[in-house]
Amino acid sequence: MNLKNNNNVFRSGNLGLILLKMRTFIALFIILGFFSLTVDGFLAPTSLIIMIKHISINAFLALGITFVIITAGIDLSIGATLGFCGMVAGYLISHGLVIEPLGIAIFPSVWVVVPVVVIIGGIIGAINGFIITRYKVAPFICTLGTMYIIRGAAMLLSGGETFPGLQGNPELGNTGFDAIGSGYLFGLPIAIWLMFIMAGVIAYIAKKLPFGRHVYAIGDNEKAAELSGIKVNHVKVWVYTIAGICAAIAGIVVTSQLVASHPATGTAFEMNAIAAVVLGGTSLAGGRGTVTGTLIGAFVIGILADGLVMMGVSEFWQMVIKGVVIIIAVIIDQMQNKMQYKAAIGSQKAVC
Amino acid sequence: MSSSDENVILRAEDICMVFPGTKALDHVTYKVYQGAVNVIIGENGAGKSTLMKIISGVQSPTEGQLYLKGEKVYITGPRSAAQHGIGMVHQELNLSENLTVAENLFLGREQQKGFLPIDERHQNAIAKQTMARLKQNIEPTELVANLKVGQKQLVEIAKSLIADVDILILDEPTSALSKKEVQILFEVINDLTQQGVSIVYISHRLEELMAIGQYITILRDGKFQSEAMVKDIDVAWIVREMLGSEPVTNFLTADRSFGEVVLQANHITLVNEAEVTLVDNVSFSLRAGEIVGIYGLMGAGRTELFECLLGKVSFSGEFTLDKQKVNTRMSTSERIKMGLGLVPEDRKQSGIFPISSVSNNLSMSSLWKRLKGLAINEVVEKEAITKTIDELSIKVSSPQVEIQALSGGNQQKVVIGRALLTEPKVLLLDEPTRGIDIGAKGDVFEMMVKLSEQGIGILFSTSDLKEIMAVSDRILVMSNGKLTADLMRDETNESQLVHASAQGF
Repeated sequence: MNLKNNNNVFRSGNLGLILLKMRTFIALFIILGFFSLTVDGFLAPTSLIIMIKHISINAFLALGITFVIITAGIDLSIGATLGFCGMVAGYLISHGLVIEPLGIAIFPSVWVVVPVVVIIGGIIGAINGFIITRYKVAPFICTLGTMYIIRGAAMLLSGGETFPGLQGNPELGNTGFDAIGSGYLFGLPIAIWLMFIMAGVIAYIAKKLPFGRHVYAIGDNEKAAELSGIKVNHVKVWVYTIAGICAAIAGIVVTSQLVASHPATGTAFEMNAIAAVVLGGTSLAGGRGTVTGTLIGAFVIGILADGLVMMGVSEFWQMVIKGVVIIIAVIIDQMQNKMQYKAAIGSQKAVC
Repeated sequence: MSSSDENVILRAEDICMVFPGTKALDHVTYKVYQGAVNVIIGENGAGKSTLMKIISGVQSPTEGQLYLKGEKVYITGPRSAAQHGIGMVHQELNLSENLTVAENLFLGREQQKGFLPIDERHQNAIAKQTMARLKQNIEPTELVANLKVGQKQLVEIAKSLIADVDILILDEPTSALSKKEVQILFEVINDLTQQGVSIVYISHRLEELMAIGQYITILRDGKFQSEAMVKDIDVAWIVREMLGSEPVTNFLTADRSFGEVVLQANHITLVNEAEVTLVDNVSFSLRAGEIVGIYGLMGAGRTELFECLLGKVSFSGEFTLDKQKVNTRMSTSERIKMGLGLVPEDRKQSGIFPISSVSNNLSMSSLWKRLKGLAINEVVEKEAITKTIDELSIKVSSPQVEIQALSGGNQQKVVIGRALLTEPKVLLLDEPTRGIDIGAKGDVFEMMVKLSEQGIGILFSTSDLKEIMAVSDRILVMSNGKLTADLMRDETNESQLVHASAQGF
């Protein structure tokens, strides 16, 4: 009798746990359902595609810092990196590479501009990682500093001005940049393809490569990671480098969509990215989190934002609602961890 | 003994303390004599610290009663203990380094009223008086960070004195002190007893106990073992009472054979930033299939020696692993690949990845061994994990369970399994039985023997005499960073080891 009872409790606990684990997914469907009932034509393919295009920018950033947050770090500089990388791309296309002494400017093709900008983003991330590991600066402080530096540098690049008209010049052979943001491939915008490809790559790294395991291990117990032979500093530098690369890609996509680059682009984008990661079940304390979670988190935030706009909810109420959603998500996250732990203890008791 | 019973200031009667799964104290009756140094001793896990926690109000006993000067008292917390005149100086110092001596002394009981500022002049004056009582010439306005360890220890004692203690509990007060500082501390203790303060003194250093103690109480396995006047007994008696007379379980068979030397350490010396020598010119060797135990007290340098071997710190001297010289600059991962496996001392802090699965915990050190191209070969990984769980008989419902749900013993097996999966030639185990129950201890020992029979050289450390006798082929003793003995197990005894563990000063 007693045993049976126990078993029942155990099973209902399991069901609750499964529901909790799927919560971001469930939240996504609730939000989708809610808006499809309240907003006309919400689920029409065109409006969905526009929405996902918006989401993709946040998703690039969020995917990039998922690893950072799993190692119990944080990167506040990704919004600035996005802006700076967009400015570099804009500069290279509109001004070219000026070589003063010869009085000439070389206009690299888009095929050169994009990789160069991505590498610059990576270098910015690597510098973050280097400062954090070499000088033991808290990630929050370090990236707060680099956030200001990079944003300032972006402003300096144009004196605060916008680089407009980045379609390129056929005579200079640097056209095609705008295609990244507005082009289509197999009926879907390139930006959306990029988002899914990036999610795939990051998920592959997380699940299949030793690097991914090392990332989780560092977030779980850094000292044990060190003693297990994981090159902790090395992994951390790469983690921030990946965040920088992802921010650069986001910068390229935004700039290309606008066909112009403005140095203030991406201000406070890091907050949205962190929100998406946390909403997706990644713990700021480190060690926990999934790439799928982050992607769904970005979708929830993006759909919530666009849906509220379409409903005509004021911008101020949107902020309040977003904040409430984030806090509820984290509270549920704590509950899940506790339940998961209890379930594990329960199943262990059965063996011992 | 009945004549001295009237001198008893505190009597803990029939104390039981039950933790889930273990009985830490089993009907213990303990007496503290007024104005004397009351020494209490026992092996790790004998119940000393639990008893002290009960007396100082950190824990409440499951059963039993405390009598202070013959009257029943209920101590509900450290504050209530302080009101009853009971103070404790913990082994780890609890001082705020960024505050002055006087500020530390009055932390939480600042001399201040309403919204007036703290009366620092008054505080400093009392602090000065108290330090004078300890015969210390430390300025009350000095920052604690600028004091030596010994002085900090005395500031801790002063903290209790300011609270007007009658009974002062000192938990291993000398573990971080130099010989000279120990002398000063002993003088202070003698003065205090003359002023009527009763001291309860916990230490593992038997020679020290003989020098300072008047009464000695021995606990064994959570039970009261015996009580005596120190003048009536000797070290051999203490060891006998502490360990009991039953023969030590021996996990080793008679016909053990060893291979070639797999680990050779020459003149390993480690000096920390404060220029304290933690490991002092240590040389030893380890052969394939041999189990060598390092015995020593807390702070003897065992952990630091292991850290040198695994490469966390820079040290001088050299060691060779399987005939290859190990470069001091080599990273931990390179050393692991060369064939060194480590099971760290503090399982929670540096052993397990608590929220990761058992499976990930096991494979973390050896991912490089099972790659398919760049990616982890999950099929091979799963096989290896199932095999390890089986071989080490790790009790787990599924390899995907978070390791924090496992019992201490099973967690430890997982950490050992992780080291084994790297296929080490030398396995280092730092306090492998800490915090696990008796049954699991036996399992760990059997595992060590089995591994040694497979040709792995095993180096393990412990501060438990019984353990070291149970499973070592050879025993090294460390004290104050020095190697003070290198003995074959069958040619030594516990007393000799205890003696050697106090020699390094």
